[in-house]
Amino acid sequence: MAEVTVAHPNFFQVKKGLFSWIFTLDHKRIGLLYLYSVGSFFLVGLTLGLLMRFELLNPGRDLVEPQTYNQMFTLHGVIMIFLFIIPSIPAVFGNFFLPLLIGTDDVAFPRLNLFSWWLYVLGALFALSTLVFGDGPADTGWTFYAPYSVNTTTNVTTSVLAAFILGFSSILTGLNFIVTIHRLRTPKMGFNQMPLFAWSLYATSWIQLLATPVIGITLLMIVAERVFGVGLFDPSIGGDPILYQHMFWIYSHPAVYIMALPAMGIVSEIIPTFAQRTIFGYKAIAYSSMAIAFIGYFVWGHHMFTSGMSGPAAIIFSILTFMVAIPTAIKVFNWVATLYKGSISIEVPLLFALAFIFNFLIGGLTGLVLGALAADVHVHDTYFVVGHFHYVMFGGTGFAFMGAMHYWFPKIWGRMYNKLWANIAFAFIFIGFNVLYFPMFILGIMGMPRRYYDYLPEFHPLNMISTYGSWILATGIIIMIVNLIVSRKNGPKADANPWNGITLEWQTTSPPPLHNFDKMPEIPEGGPYNYPNAMNE
Amino acid sequence: MNHTFTLPNSGHNFDAKASKLGMWLFLYTELLLFGGLFLVYMVYRYLNQEAFLEASYELNVWMGTINTVVLLTSSMTVAMSITALQKGDKKLSLILLWVTIAAALVFLVIKYFEWSAKFEHGLFPGMEHYDSLQLGERLYFYLYFFMTGLHALHVIVGGVFILVVVKKIGNGSVNKERYSLLENSGLYWHLVDLVWIYLFPLFYLIH
Repeated sequence: MAEVTVAHPNFFQVKKGLFSWIFTLDHKRIGLLYLYSVGSFFLVGLTLGLLMRFELLNPGRDLVEPQTYNQMFTLHGVIMIFLFIIPSIPAVFGNFFLPLLIGTDDVAFPRLNLFSWWLYVLGALFALSTLVFGDGPADTGWTFYAPYSVNTTTNVTTSVLAAFILGFSSILTGLNFIVTIHRLRTPKMGFNQMPLFAWSLYATSWIQLLATPVIGITLLMIVAERVFGVGLFDPSIGGDPILYQHMFWIYSHPAVYIMALPAMGIVSEIIPTFAQRTIFGYKAIAYSSMAIAFIGYFVWGHHMFTSGMSGPAAIIFSILTFMVAIPTAIKVFNWVATLYKGSISIEVPLLFALAFIFNFLIGGLTGLVLGALAADVHVHDTYFVVGHFHYVMFGGTGFAFMGAMHYWFPKIWGRMYNKLWANIAFAFIFIGFNVLYFPMFILGIMGMPRRYYDYLPEFHPLNMISTYGSWILATGIIIMIVNLIVSRKNGPKADANPWNGITLEWQTTSPPPLHNFDKMPEIPEGGPYNYPNAMNE
Repeated sequence: MNHTFTLPNSGHNFDAKASKLGMWLFLYTELLLFGGLFLVYMVYRYLNQEAFLEASYELNVWMGTINTVVLLTSSMTVAMSITALQKGDKKLSLILLWVTIAAALVFLVIKYFEWSAKFEHGLFPGMEHYDSLQLGERLYFYLYFFMTGLHALHVIVGGVFILVVVKKIGNGSVNKERYSLLENSGLYWHLVDLVWIYLFPLFYLIH
């Protein structure tokens, strides 16, 4: 026995072979299964996005027919929303790190967790099967608005069923996390000693649980309407299309917070670690997550200001929309205040977190432009909206995802990536992202409508800039992925705690053993981010 | 051997409270699933009051009433079965569960006759008589089939769930000390019951 230090095999070494992965009950392996599947679909969605941008390089037809373009943006939306961004942070990093952060060895229902992943795979197969059969993928946009979704001959039914199945996968993950947080925290950890990522997952899980069933039943009604021809939503046979829009956004607006809240949780983990300082306003950040989740239920009408809505209803939805900005701004204020007087080390995860704040601020403020009634009428359904939600979703959640990737990479694989290449990738991604999406705000204000494969000549220069940006962004993402994949096996060995973090996941070895902790994890005195070596205030 | 230390808060421990909490959360999602349908019902009932009233005369109130009684009774028997098992009377508990399953079957048989009668009258979406109805009545029958159909599906799922529990009580893995699975099947069954308690007046009774 020469190497006595290697006491327990890590979770990669415990078992080998394909079946030990796809039927695993280990939350860490399930997290990685999600990482690989979610990552693959991200690349598919990214490719579709690049093709769309290429089509928009010049006015007129560059690459594809209008109908193909319609199917492309629908598939891009369905993949990016349902297969990438909703499961991204909760299913990948939530699965892997929630049990570690709260000091336990698994989620409350490991079998259910595996079942969620299999549902995800099934939903993904449904979504992809639309490519092969009949008239191809749906051409309705990811919102499946009636009556067109009832009439079109493309594969709406299959796409909608895919979203339905993926919804259930998401519900079960949320359910699992809520029970895990309630029942499996390490004995001394109260709710107010939980890391903020756990708090944000808690808020997210409640939205997943309480909003997703509504879209489930709505999508089933679309299927029934297509099969039996009953006029629930199609006005030509007596239905009410506005009712569909309400039902759809009752889920899909809260879903925006399913995407955004976990990202905010990630940022709340990264910033105190790299500032080596207690987070400013712990409770304010934690409770603002719950506030966003709660208020987020009552703002769905702001997607429908131009669809036909009574004046008072529109005003109420507008006011409520503005109210969501308050807890969000509280978070941004607290993150920035945490950095103040911290001993900051500029590492790649922190860069992504700072970029998150920058992008999310732009995305959030333009969201207020859209939430304001008069302004919305002008920019509704223009590229302004496209710019806004890509700033929030990609610039926000996407950047947080990449930040989390670089933050927890050494914990997952026990290796460090090449920091120089990671910095270069970050620079490409950050610049490319802004070059790609910022022109869209201007295009929107100039009046370029979204979802067209063609545009007027005066929009040409900005569209060219935007397409160039997409190439810069894609280059950065490729560099990042190659760097991470190579470093996974060949990077320099990383310590158990390379960032000097004090949340519980850093107390175990990297990669963690199957049962996560070889001894009882100790929660830090006086709060989860109470850095003992912090500067005196 | 290679793993000697286990956390006290391990996710692999048996935790009755966790499974019950999980079940309650799942029931919320079920309520919201039906909630979407109730919302649509509400909107169309409001817009087509006359037609809904007209169409509702087609339903057989007697069959609906019998089914309500059957379901309410079965909810009682499943609740009694939990108490029986808690008190250690395995045999009584099993008998009560079989009664519950029988009630589920009775409910489905009556439902079958009800639906067949509607089919004979051509009231299913796509049938000739259905298509000749005015809009509001079509919506009524559409919602009737959709909502009671989804509910019947839940009756089947609930029945199978209880059947699984019967098997587990038989082999002793659900017992006097570990009865949370039985409780969960009971909770689910109560939900099935609860949804019906709303469906029954909405479709059969409001005149």
